[in-house]
Amino acid sequence: MRSNLNRRSLLTRSAAAGLFTVPAVGALAGCASGGGDDGPVERGEETDDNPFGVDPEAELEVVIFDGGFGDQYALDAEEIYQATYGSVQHDKTQEIASRLQPRMVQADPPDVINNGGADAMDIAALIRNDQVLDLNELLDAPSLDDPNVTIRDTLMPSTVEMGQFGSQEVWRLNYAFTVYGQWYSRTALDRLGVEYPRTWDEMLAVCEAAKREGMAGWTYAGQYPYYFNFTLYPFIAKIGGADVMRAIDNLEPNAWRHDAVKSAFEAYHELAARGYVLRGSPGMTHEESQDEWNEYRALFIPNGSWVENESRRNTPEDFDMAVGPPTGLDSSDAMPFETLWASAGEPFFIPADAANPHGGLEFLRIMLGQASARNFTELVSSLTCVRGAADDLDLPPGLASAKEAFEAAGDSLIVPRLPDWYKQLNNEEVGGAIATMMAGDIDPEEAINRCQRAADATAQDDSIQKFQHV
Amino acid sequence: MRYDRRYRKLDQYRFIVWFLSLPLLVYGLFVVSPFLQAFFYSMTDWTGYSSDYNFVGFDNYERMWNDDKFWDAARNSVLLLVIAPLITLAMGLFFAYMLSAGGRSRGHGVSGVAGSKLYKIVYFFPQVLSLAIIAVIWARIYSPRSGALNAGLETVGLDSWTREDWLGSSWAIWCVLVVLCWSFVGFYVVLFSAAMSAIPTEIYEAARLDGAGRSVTFFRITFPLTWETVRTGWIYMGIQALDAFALVNVMVPEHGMDVLPSYLFEKSFRDAQAGYATTIGVALFLITLLFAAVMMRLGRRERIEF
Repeated sequence: MRSNLNRRSLLTRSAAAGLFTVPAVGALAGCASGGGDDGPVERGEETDDNPFGVDPEAELEVVIFDGGFGDQYALDAEEIYQATYGSVQHDKTQEIASRLQPRMVQADPPDVINNGGADAMDIAALIRNDQVLDLNELLDAPSLDDPNVTIRDTLMPSTVEMGQFGSQEVWRLNYAFTVYGQWYSRTALDRLGVEYPRTWDEMLAVCEAAKREGMAGWTYAGQYPYYFNFTLYPFIAKIGGADVMRAIDNLEPNAWRHDAVKSAFEAYHELAARGYVLRGSPGMTHEESQDEWNEYRALFIPNGSWVENESRRNTPEDFDMAVGPPTGLDSSDAMPFETLWASAGEPFFIPADAANPHGGLEFLRIMLGQASARNFTELVSSLTCVRGAADDLDLPPGLASAKEAFEAAGDSLIVPRLPDWYKQLNNEEVGGAIATMMAGDIDPEEAINRCQRAADATAQDDSIQKFQHV
Repeated sequence: MRYDRRYRKLDQYRFIVWFLSLPLLVYGLFVVSPFLQAFFYSMTDWTGYSSDYNFVGFDNYERMWNDDKFWDAARNSVLLLVIAPLITLAMGLFFAYMLSAGGRSRGHGVSGVAGSKLYKIVYFFPQVLSLAIIAVIWARIYSPRSGALNAGLETVGLDSWTREDWLGSSWAIWCVLVVLCWSFVGFYVVLFSAAMSAIPTEIYEAARLDGAGRSVTFFRITFPLTWETVRTGWIYMGIQALDAFALVNVMVPEHGMDVLPSYLFEKSFRDAQAGYATTIGVALFLITLLFAAVMMRLGRRERIEF
């Protein structure tokens, strides 16, 4: 009897201890210390062919994000590297942060990281911890194809800028080059007998014409409403000038209350209010909305130049995909019609603790050579940040039109930084406000108030690092 | 001395301690110590990306107190915590009762409705699927354009009830609630069926002879006699509802609702604020602890032996 009681009280106590197994807390804790064991590779002699002094014996470790672009382009570049230098250890994964974050913490990272995808590491946090190598040395090095031209001079506009976070250091290299805008089918416009709209009145007329044919004017990825930003931000800049967008990026007080923002929001809201938006769009994923668009159920979709590759399977033969700059408001616009958001994406960086950083720099130099850049464009039909690399290539219709739109824009390029400086503000708050407005639940004024409130909250939040345009 | 009662008792304890030391050590090292560490990290500004951090005291807790998003997520979590077990357990009890005692009475004893064995298996189906799969399937059902929900509403003539967006709107919490209940009810049907089958049929027979109807039988006999199982189920379901991470993370878009675990995940892995995320984790831990304590205390009653 007594032993029975003992056992029971013991069980009670262990059960009480068992309450500590509540989920979710423990998972975060057990991983904050440790140290790497491989010493860094010494810098060798610097020559014209080997500007970073790569040790030919040292091994290079490259990790590639295995997303829409795959990893074949990197394998090809690694082959070039291996012809001169040591072997390359190649890894591809979709889970960048899950795989690499522990290694960053242990100061034992790979030499080159393609920090892409939904599970990318927060580069701002890495920069704050001094864990990223400044790439200015790479940019000032001679290019692979012409030793008299520095790499900096071979890059598309905005590439260097996209690697900066409020200072002169360049922390990452964005390799792909994306053109954002209103994507459409030339075939669909031809069928309606209309031109690509240049002012908002023309836009409404085109949508009305489409509606008469039982077709929606617009569709969008309601689940990811920040796709709207791809056309909304350059639209705002076009109406009020690039400074309006810079003020928004810099989280200035009342930046969202500018008249240009108001006009842009009201224009978009009118699309929804007049019933020009495809029914059901507020709840669609990006793939669903792209499929509807491919089936000629809607004319325009805000998107980036990856859409051609991503929706290839469902795009009809005769679709003749194209992209145009966001339609302007009217003749009083501050910037020309061609104004466009085009910027480099798909970031690569070299960790400050990398064992072979010089090898990493050399690898990026090879990637930035004409041969690798052309290869990338041919493999995944996306432009690269290397100027002129796609010039005499035979491009698919969407990419060709993206290239045209980019060239027509000239200096009128808009590069909003909100999406990568303040991801939560951009995706969740601004996206949420636009989603609610386009679903018809709030009016433009309330949507703007929500954006401003969220921007103010971000500006006051000490835990978020702030950046300014330089 | 050897045969002293106190010595024997000590001996007995020594045996048990020796016996349990290894598992307790492992448990302490891998379960308890991370929790204690979590309390420590919740007082730092650790980003989660390096081993550097500063001690900031209760700053994170103060921030959490003033964080509207945290309270939104907490409200959603508590709503699920209260309502989901209520619905799931009520449905589980109802179905289990119908399966074990809802059939036509045939003179003596009780039986389930026709085909009850088959139903039991069918109800259990969702339990076999991973929550991630369930979430993906239901996200399709809620999809406004091609989803079964809108299509179904239109078919039965309830066009005005259809919505352009279920999961990104204020309906999201109810959508998640439905899926949560749907995916767990089968488990409780089987659990309660087992508990009910342990009740001797003589008790039912006696009740029937005394003229008790189905509802009286249920509330006077079945429910009291399965109370222990119901309470255990309540705690388990409550913790499942408090989590709901997989459902929210897969089904609900980023700008939609949050529950505490999904908010924690975003802060830690999207916003690189592992320190603050740990603070939220500690809050979640305390809520869970409170819930379990309340449930253990609530409705403790004499155990009925039969």
